Amino acid sequence: MGLENELEGMPVLATRLDEVINWGRKYALWPLPYGTACCAIEFMGVVSSRFDVSRFGAELVRFSPRQADLLLVMGTITQKMAPVLKQIYDQMPNPKWVVSMGACASSGGFYDNYSVVQGIDELIPVDVYVAGCPPRPENVIGAIVKIQEKISHESIRNWR
Amino acid sequence: MTEREIMARVQAKLGAKVLQAYEFRGQCAVTIAPSELRPLLTWLRDDSDIQTDWLLDVGGVDYLGYSPTDGSGDDDREWRYEVAYQLYSMRHNHRFRVKVAVAEPNLVVPSVWDLWGIANWMEREVWDLYGIRFEGHPNLRRILCHDEFVGHALRKDYPINKRQKLTSPVENILCEKAEWA
Repeated sequence: MGLENELEGMPVLATRLDEVINWGRKYALWPLPYGTACCAIEFMGVVSSRFDVSRFGAELVRFSPRQADLLLVMGTITQKMAPVLKQIYDQMPNPKWVVSMGACASSGGFYDNYSVVQGIDELIPVDVYVAGCPPRPENVIGAIVKIQEKISHESIRNWR
Repeated sequence: MTEREIMARVQAKLGAKVLQAYEFRGQCAVTIAPSELRPLLTWLRDDSDIQTDWLLDVGGVDYLGYSPTDGSGDDDREWRYEVAYQLYSMRHNHRFRVKVAVAEPNLVVPSVWDLWGIANWMEREVWDLYGIRFEGHPNLRRILCHDEFVGHALRKDYPINKRQKLTSPVENILCEKAEWA
């Protein structure tokens, strides 16, 4: 990487603990794709070769909440589904982050009716909202970069 | 057979028991009382010329506050609800529609799940959203709204902004003891 030339044979590198842990965290996000509608179809484009989210280190999709630290809520969440989403979030170990992808997850979208939750922030905390119906893959990658920026400003001393 | 011919046979069979009959752009429908439903649908299914072997859909209609938009005056229905049965014959490639008039306060229609198995879930949907009960149904529970939902969401007098949250923990939902009939 060229770094070894700068170090001139020194075996150690001094840094802040927050810096090195956040550096590891932000380039190794393991997303749990909570896909309930067409946004999840768009997410397939995000992870496959044309847009390739592995360039940002978040390609290892996990379907167990115990193994994930990034919850991607993609699609309409009904009142009947709400306790399930809450439980999935609670089962994820800290530290964890949440992306609300698309109009439905963020606000209910045009489903302003008896059956749909009007935004998942009624249920769980959200870090980044992505606009669109559905959003373009670039928007989703943009959200992951936002999460990475947020991670780099966090500290291991005050976990949420 | 055209829908008009099917309707003529139904009218010849039932006579004055047909409450309403109409044709619109080649689509025909008859409205009958709940007591006539099972004999008529059984006959439509089993008659060799008609043979509607496929129940495409069962849907509810709430005519509260309804007035026709074609300028034909006020609605002349004496009942508030209808349940519509969309029938199709795979053998003869023709369709027909039967409606049942359901008047308050006795919102009951005989179930046809033993004629077409698919009616099981369709009737549960009509019960869930309109509150019309189906007599003889083996498992008349809500199918779309959650178990804590109060009222029937597609009735015209259901408040449009009313939200109902599901509060019970997820275990109660997933570990349902009832049969998945």
